[in-house]
Amino acid sequence: MAPPATGGYIAGSGARFPAHGGRRSTPKPSVIPAMPAPRTLLDKIWDDHLVCSPDGEQPLIYIDRHLVHEVTSAQAFEGLRVAGRRVRRPEATFATPDHNIPTTDRRLPIADPISKQQIDTLRSNCREFDVRLFDLGDADQGIVHVIGPELGITQPGMTIVCGDSHTATHGALGALAFGIGTSEVEHVLATQTLRQSKPKSFEVRVEGELHPGVTAKDLVLYLIGRLTTEGGTGYVIEYTGPCIRRLGMEERMTVCNMSIEAGARAGMIAPDQITFDYLRGRDLVPKDFDRAVAQWATLPSDPGARYDRSETFSGGDVVPQVTWGTNPAQVVGVDATVPDPASMADPSDRSSASRALEYMGLESGTPIAAIPIDRVFIGSCTNSRIEDLRAAASVVRGHTVSSRVRAMVVPGSGRVKRQAEAEGLDRVFTAAGFEWREAGCSMCLGMNPDTLAPGERCASTSNRNFEGRQGKGGRTHLVSPAMAAAAAVAGHFTDIRQWHYH
Amino acid sequence: MQPFTTHTGNVAPLDRANVDTDQIIPKQFLKRIERTGFGQFLFFDWRFLPDGSADPAFELNQPIRQGASILLARRNFGCGSSREHAPWALDDYGFRAVIAPTFADIFFNNCFQNGMLPVKLDEADVDELFRRAAAAEAAGHPYRLTVDLRACEVRDDAGFTRSFAVDPFRRHCLLEGLDNIGLSLKHVDAIAAWEDAHGLGPLQGGAPPQGGAIG
Repeated sequence: MAPPATGGYIAGSGARFPAHGGRRSTPKPSVIPAMPAPRTLLDKIWDDHLVCSPDGEQPLIYIDRHLVHEVTSAQAFEGLRVAGRRVRRPEATFATPDHNIPTTDRRLPIADPISKQQIDTLRSNCREFDVRLFDLGDADQGIVHVIGPELGITQPGMTIVCGDSHTATHGALGALAFGIGTSEVEHVLATQTLRQSKPKSFEVRVEGELHPGVTAKDLVLYLIGRLTTEGGTGYVIEYTGPCIRRLGMEERMTVCNMSIEAGARAGMIAPDQITFDYLRGRDLVPKDFDRAVAQWATLPSDPGARYDRSETFSGGDVVPQVTWGTNPAQVVGVDATVPDPASMADPSDRSSASRALEYMGLESGTPIAAIPIDRVFIGSCTNSRIEDLRAAASVVRGHTVSSRVRAMVVPGSGRVKRQAEAEGLDRVFTAAGFEWREAGCSMCLGMNPDTLAPGERCASTSNRNFEGRQGKGGRTHLVSPAMAAAAAVAGHFTDIRQWHYH
Repeated sequence: MQPFTTHTGNVAPLDRANVDTDQIIPKQFLKRIERTGFGQFLFFDWRFLPDGSADPAFELNQPIRQGASILLARRNFGCGSSREHAPWALDDYGFRAVIAPTFADIFFNNCFQNGMLPVKLDEADVDELFRRAAAAEAAGHPYRLTVDLRACEVRDDAGFTRSFAVDPFRRHCLLEGLDNIGLSLKHVDAIAAWEDAHGLGPLQGGAPPQGGAIG
């Protein structure tokens, strides 16, 4: 597999391994070569991207794609300017504003002068350093983790980084993707590499299948509840097993997206026909797509490949999930009650839970389905894709949002918004009383004007229920899009498995 | 980058697990485009009451902990968002080291980029430090520790000494205050060789044409 003659770089596909590509000076074996050890998906991508491993230093790995947004990049570009450095590969770098932008009419000026300055800074940095920007008003603008896969920037076998912890999302397509800090953003801009020790591998295998009404969001919340918020620290999670294989592309993104909530910087799913079908025809995929597919098809972990750790779960055990606390591992099924901290064995869990219940204004023993809500947010890099909006719309159709609830849908990108409008989903939502907004991160982190007031309780399809995440004093419960939609109608949490669909 | 060699200072105990970066520096302060000036917003929602006054109940607001430069916390410190504003805020407030049983990966990395040392000690040792800090404060004086990166050791002046592990390369960079990018650019030939081997060819610069594959 020699590199194609012109312009055929299969985008760091990870498929030209040293054993076949002959581009590394591997010593010639003097005896019959041993069978190569079976490798995991992570091993293959890692081996292919290792630039050098100098004595006494952390290895340098090559970065295929660098995604940039307004909040964590300004100081990195400023660092380049001060040092007189350039962006090594502007054509591998893509920027979009998403975190702090308003989701109201895009023709209006941004009212917050500091937000505006941050966006203007991103614009001028992209101009100065020749980085492609999907700006506000661009038809393809959106949440960076939504537009990456959607535009075909994200591809199997790639290394992808972004100054955002939910970069794990892109692992759903079989990439090694993780969040980095601003100093590392600067490092990648300047060198197209990252200093990185090889992470350990963690196979999270899910057998069986999900019951009707149970979604990828419920699955990942369930897994985080069992793995704990730090169970994945130091690892890259590879999700395997029949239950994962059955998930569609958007659902896989939801699962990988929240790997970081279990402490794992990256989550990944080996590419298969679902992945290839999703990518075919997207804007920035390789021109010779079939050839790329042939290479991507070599990426899945070899039979017998060893993981540093493996755990197995059953998809059939998962029921619709609702978080009750202030971290995503504080989660139970919708049919359960708010837990009692006194029943927890670990003293640190106990004190965390007590604090969380106080913050959340909840009492132990309260049925989850009896908790009334004030706000609903359907959006975020976890759950703002077209499949998410379809699921929510199918619940809402023919119903009306409860008079006690203010509900909002924020599509993940301009494309998602247009697709939803073409399918009439926007009218389903607005007819029921939802607000229909422009693309952005919005109330997932409330950097823009979309926030909770103190004490307000929100059913949210986002990824973090930390104290104050959606607004100081706000109370966040993480749920699936269908569960959020049902809660908007009912005015309280309700088991989607018993929903009356029109 | 400021080097870190040995630091002696007062300890601020923060007896909480899973302290996330949203608490360390809430989102409303991430709009600044500088690296400095974040200390005033550190733990903002915990530190200040709605009227803007300091919350006397918050751990770091205890008078005895003013001027502390070593933060002592429980497991999974720095989880959540990748925002480097978190170590920037801790540093700007005056912290030079954080001691906890475990740290979230991205926060842990970000500390090393900013001359700040995250120290992992066993849970039992962290318990002991909390006990010693409480005893010192009950006796009316702050608890002092030395964090020694040369010796890879944490010690007080009453017999507590524990060594800690740290990646040798990161230790070297921190001791010397090295510019990571400058160090990596010494390997620019290896980077170019990787690019050649992957058919990237000479750098074109600029953005790819709309709708085109990346060549």
